[in-house]
Amino acid sequence: MKPLTPKRLASVCGILAGVLFVVMLISLKLGAVPVSMTDLAMHLGRMALGQADQLPSEYSLIINEIRLPRILLGILVGAALSVAGAGFQALLRNPLADPYVLGVSSGAALGAILSLIVSSHATAAMPFAAFLGACASIAGVYFLGRREGQLDSYTLLLGGIISASFLSAVIMFLMTTLSGGDIRGMGFWLMGDLSTPIPLGLKWLFLILIGAVGAIYTTAADLNLLLSGEQEALHLGVDVPRVKLVVYLSASLLTGIAVSVSGAIGYVGLLVPHLVRLMFGSDYRLLIPASALGGAIVIVTADTLARTVVAPIELPVGAMTALAGAPLFLYLLRRRIQ
Amino acid sequence: MSPVETPAPPSTTAARGVDDLRLNVEQATYSYAAERKAGARFTLEATTFQARHREIVAILGPNASGKSTLLRLVAGTLKPLSGRVELDGHDVNRIDARTRAQRIGVVQQESPLLFPVPVWEYVLQGRRPFGHMFQFETDEDFAIVENSLAQLGAMHLRDRMMHEISGGEKQRVVVARALAQQPLLLLLDEPTLHLDIGAQVELLQNLRRLAVENRQTVVVVTHELNLAAEFADRVVVLHKGKCLRAGTPAEIFERGLLEQVFGAELEVNYSATGRPRVAVKSQRLM
Repeated sequence: MKPLTPKRLASVCGILAGVLFVVMLISLKLGAVPVSMTDLAMHLGRMALGQADQLPSEYSLIINEIRLPRILLGILVGAALSVAGAGFQALLRNPLADPYVLGVSSGAALGAILSLIVSSHATAAMPFAAFLGACASIAGVYFLGRREGQLDSYTLLLGGIISASFLSAVIMFLMTTLSGGDIRGMGFWLMGDLSTPIPLGLKWLFLILIGAVGAIYTTAADLNLLLSGEQEALHLGVDVPRVKLVVYLSASLLTGIAVSVSGAIGYVGLLVPHLVRLMFGSDYRLLIPASALGGAIVIVTADTLARTVVAPIELPVGAMTALAGAPLFLYLLRRRIQ
Repeated sequence: MSPVETPAPPSTTAARGVDDLRLNVEQATYSYAAERKAGARFTLEATTFQARHREIVAILGPNASGKSTLLRLVAGTLKPLSGRVELDGHDVNRIDARTRAQRIGVVQQESPLLFPVPVWEYVLQGRRPFGHMFQFETDEDFAIVENSLAQLGAMHLRDRMMHEISGGEKQRVVVARALAQQPLLLLLDEPTLHLDIGAQVELLQNLRRLAVENRQTVVVVTHELNLAAEFADRVVVLHKGKCLRAGTPAEIFERGLLEQVFGAELEVNYSATGRPRVAVKSQRLM
């Protein structure tokens, strides 16, 4: 493993951005209505030149109105969940931490549903309510996981899994008894999906994403030290309470916005940071941007597969990530026990 | 971290002046009762000792005597309930965490690792107190890392992974990380705990040499009587949260005191070097 330099950071991020671009192109091309590569290239070329009004209307609808927003949403959700996962792993010093496994996603989903019950419309308050739900559930899991002042790894995971299952039951109860016209389907909140309309403009969601990822990034070098424990980090000059607060709030916010637009998509926050660590090492200064890009790649790929493998039927994207993520979780858990 | 030109004999502390004073612990007390409702209500009573440049201080005592608490007070991560802990005349609790980490290096009993890291990256963490938020490590940082590893004879481990090396090798790397902080004061909590006798002696010889070469003051928490007798310039004896005595090994290694502290019948002899030796008095089994 080589030392991290600005050049290496830029080249890794450049490569991942390139891969993301290719995945986006493939995802734009594939679907119920196939678009040929030449048509796609011409279409994108015209868009890039600012000649959007000259676009043929059939493609305009499919590419601009349907596929591109969904891809952008996938990028947002993938980046948010992966960075949140990497943040929770350092905060809780647990390599198996992930917003979904810890029940944070379910907490966020419950927050979002409660806001829908109150206002009956998907509004800007929904991501905020999801953020509060995420904050509350991670705080709950944190205190469940403490034993004699120490954070116990397995108690924490167990607390998270039990909370997730309890919160899912509450969600099911609310959905069954109160399902009004505006409340989305149960599958959406429990499994995750990118096909439903979103409560807030994509522009705003991306601004929140960049703000929260940026906030976590300011603590990146300190997170490397926090992995060895709070005492060690203190001895190496880290302002531990500040770093913990920043990561706690930002990772909850990221989970909140991801869940409010896509439901509880599982295992991305576990899968992506681990793959990034295997490939590029565990320095958080690289891990955070690389996880954001990697998460975007994984979700866009998973959603493309979900749209196409059994077309015209669409699978929820959360089913695809769980198919890949759950075995990885078990593998990591077994390796840890051994 | 340049070696001192003429290393002075380390153990002649009496002749030095007040200017050489580095660490001053004065009537420092601490109580856990105030911060935790449940659990052991441990209290460390007034403790006083001093340490000069190039000195090794051993904090000696049986389990649960308050050794680690005293070390954390010296490290500045606990604030004394009363009394003072001063490093070069500055109260360690008033120094901000970053500056403190530039002056005090701590080697904990356990250094758990969550993800595999190579040795050089681990030692590089010791340069963190000197970096800024988005700053990457400089060539100078890498040179200091290599120097720290070399000082402990661990250069050959540089590219190995932390979880693949032996306990003794790991301990050297953890000390190298603290050295990379270029501290004035090096604190070690039971550094010999998981080491065999050969590695124990090697580690303490290294500390002895580093204290002289780098003009560092070293504070070692231990319950190993003979290692303390052999390598320390000063010994602080703790027992059930009380500081019973602080002084040179010759002043401390007195049968009555040690028997009271460790609750066993002991014999104290003197080796050819003039250092005390402690042995368990042989007893006929009933």
